[in-house]
Amino acid sequence: MSKYMMHILVCGGTGCLSSQSGEIVEGLKKAIEDIGMQNQVQVVKTGCFGFCEKGPIVKILPDNTFYVQVKPEDVEEIVSEHIVKGRKVERLLYENPESKTPISDSKHMNFYKKQMRVALRNCGFINPENIEEYIARDGYGALAKVLTLSQMEVIEEVKKSGLRGRGGGGFPTGLKWEFAYKNVADQKYVVCNADEGDPGAFMDRSILEGDPHSIVEAMAICGYAIGATKGLVYIRAEYPLAVKRLECAIAAAREYGLLGEHILGTAFSFDIEIRFGAGAFVCGEETALIHSMEGKRGEPTTKPPFPAASGYWAKPTNVNNVETFANIPVIFLKGAEWFSKIGTEKSKGTKVFALAGKINNVGLIEVPMGTTLREVIYDIGGGIKGGKQFKAVQTGGPSGGCLTEKDLDTPIDFDNLLAKGSMMGSGGMIVMDEDDCMPAVAKFYLEFTAEESCGKCTPCRVGTKRLLEILEKIVSGRGTPKDLDTLKELSEVIKDTALCGLGQTASNPVLSTLKVFEEEYIAHVRDHKCPAKQCSALLQYRITEKCVGCTACSRVCPVGAISGTVKKQHTIDISKCIKCGACESKCRFNAIVKE
Amino acid sequence: MACEGCRNQVTQALYAELEAFIDALPEKKGALISVLHKAQSLFGYLPKEVQVFVGEKLGVPVSQVYGVVSFYSFFTMVPKGKYPISVCLGTACYVRGADKVLEAFKKELGIEVGQTTPDGKFSLDALRCVGACGLAPVAMIGDKVYGRISSEEEVKKILREYE
Amino acid sequence: MPKMMSLEELQALREKVKASIDLREKGDQAEKMVIVRVAMATCGIAAGAREIMSYFLDEAQHRNLTNIMVTQSGCMGYCYAEPTVEVTKPGEEPIVYGYVTKERAQEIIEKYILGGELVEGIIPVSHQSLDE
Repeated sequence: MSKYMMHILVCGGTGCLSSQSGEIVEGLKKAIEDIGMQNQVQVVKTGCFGFCEKGPIVKILPDNTFYVQVKPEDVEEIVSEHIVKGRKVERLLYENPESKTPISDSKHMNFYKKQMRVALRNCGFINPENIEEYIARDGYGALAKVLTLSQMEVIEEVKKSGLRGRGGGGFPTGLKWEFAYKNVADQKYVVCNADEGDPGAFMDRSILEGDPHSIVEAMAICGYAIGATKGLVYIRAEYPLAVKRLECAIAAAREYGLLGEHILGTAFSFDIEIRFGAGAFVCGEETALIHSMEGKRGEPTTKPPFPAASGYWAKPTNVNNVETFANIPVIFLKGAEWFSKIGTEKSKGTKVFALAGKINNVGLIEVPMGTTLREVIYDIGGGIKGGKQFKAVQTGGPSGGCLTEKDLDTPIDFDNLLAKGSMMGSGGMIVMDEDDCMPAVAKFYLEFTAEESCGKCTPCRVGTKRLLEILEKIVSGRGTPKDLDTLKELSEVIKDTALCGLGQTASNPVLSTLKVFEEEYIAHVRDHKCPAKQCSALLQYRITEKCVGCTACSRVCPVGAISGTVKKQHTIDISKCIKCGACESKCRFNAIVKE
Repeated sequence: MACEGCRNQVTQALYAELEAFIDALPEKKGALISVLHKAQSLFGYLPKEVQVFVGEKLGVPVSQVYGVVSFYSFFTMVPKGKYPISVCLGTACYVRGADKVLEAFKKELGIEVGQTTPDGKFSLDALRCVGACGLAPVAMIGDKVYGRISSEEEVKKILREYE
Repeated sequence: MPKMMSLEELQALREKVKASIDLREKGDQAEKMVIVRVAMATCGIAAGAREIMSYFLDEAQHRNLTNIMVTQSGCMGYCYAEPTVEVTKPGEEPIVYGYVTKERAQEIIEKYILGGELVEGIIPVSHQSLDE
């Protein structure tokens, strides 16, 4: 089997699959069989490469050729040229955005240069549906090592690594394990929180799709450490591919004796079950998640008691997020010391971010803690799309805040982001440019939290609704300066009084944008203008002197608001205009402007 | 219980399958959500009759079943169209113009979010992130993902595929 | 696959399957590898480059040389000297050998890659690659 001269890796993540990477895999396999090289060239469907912007990705090894935006019809050329004749298909190579020259070796891509892949170490490298490839990468070696240690030794190692929860809270993982370990009970549980509900974040899904065994292994390690024999993965039903890969991994681990009774001949037994979420953002909160797993409405309850004391069916339960678990096997393979050397003083290791929005390289990246936003946005992300001006980056999803130009050189870690009025969150990073209106962005997040509020506590249920109404008033041009004071006051009240993390942080997008972009809010409520020219209610169309009087606009206007004589500059009657924009798109002389 | 006469043979078979699923559960405690997932995959939606049936089989009050069904956005009490359309309103899609895509679908189909066209062909929903952020803005019809939807024209073109 | 019952069994399985992703790991750390690049254009293949490539692969495996990465390239332009093989040691200039037969391949491995001395058949390099 090692006679393979070449491996062709095709991304099989959700993004690439939806642009036909499945067909590409089939096509490659067939084309390679047709030339009788199936014993020399191996085609592997892997997890996400992270470079989603240019998917589907096809990578050829050992020469590290990186083909982007491959279509099924390109398969034949790749095989006949690259595989048979050793000539790279130039037109499919990734092009350096600055020099416009094709880059043949992915090692030379800026996108990968600054990254450090720990949690994503196997994503885009192994076939996630083949346990042996995981084992070949030292898979389950960490579990084997752990089984020779005492429970407390395992916990100490995790504590020493400095790993903090990657789901958003940043609580020290080792300490959490210790609490669960010290609570004595006949049954304990390990829960993996894979209810990734933060819109625009897809790191957990990519790990489950690309390297499910790392989660299985880490959960078993955690089970051993805290004394649990049962693991549960709570996963969104909206992630069918991740569910399938995880089911496949669990079945394979059972078959190989890595899950089940007496793992590797020891006294330790552990097994994992999957539980489906049903679409409720609040279920990312651990007490709500536990209620949901019990078949109830996913409403949070006050802590204490913490799940470590009374969780699933009132038994001690340890809940960790997917990315947190993905770091565990590495800590045992390379040692806590190795891990704790990466990152900043209080935030160790790396962090995976889902980079999205107005950025050139949308994708999944992993960088050491302490990397600056500038490096992430400009070096890895390739800068702002279409050469526009950077305005803000939103981190932490609906619970987070916005960071601007002046924060670009801040090293990213848990504490720095908090100090800057945002938060790490699960790792969504949405880049915005000059065209994004901040009050409208705040409104977008509030729409989300108001809709996702479970309704249990009043500050969140009613408060988010009121915040949303005020924001709607502001973006529709009916806002007054007094509304800004109300926004601030109400936001603080919600922050102080809501029951769970969702409510307590729901007003963050408002507070953060209000603080950083106060001018923009003032422009909306005092001058009734939208500086980003996004809020259509605040815009007025005007015909400039560029108008040649072709009458195209007056004919297309549905309400007859445009008047003027042929070959003379036309005018818009603002009182009649419904701001549909039809005239603007019809005008061939760019004579109609939005102001 | 819903009236026996109303059920045609097809739905009777579905009820039988659901019953078999429930009976085969190793543990009924806490199984409500997984049973509802199964029921929705069988019936396509969760009408009152199905909720009553599930409640009786699991020994859970119907009020609690309804409480769970109405809590989670994945569960629906109205039938979906033959081609369910979901427009992604995740943040990545939002900043790349997903709201305009949603408006275009509403306008073309003449329905609001959560509704189904009178002929039962299309239903329209908004969802949060399908994870194809590189293709933003994104919409899904059934299992098929449409990415980089840039204009109203494109929405029309997509819908024409289903005529 | 029967269940594994001990740590040793896991270790043994790992040794067995390691080779399956060997190629990818090498590609991932290409800068630390001795890269043997066999010219595999039409003329090279006609002159027997494919056999030479698989000979290198076999030898590397038999001798358990984990730091050798065998890969292919397009036509290097020395059509008169096919099969041609370019060997790049980490941090050193690439050296191109022409008229490579199995015997010469063996010599290249033993003398140049392992021993560090140059062997017969070097083609003077008259070009520069663009991306390196």
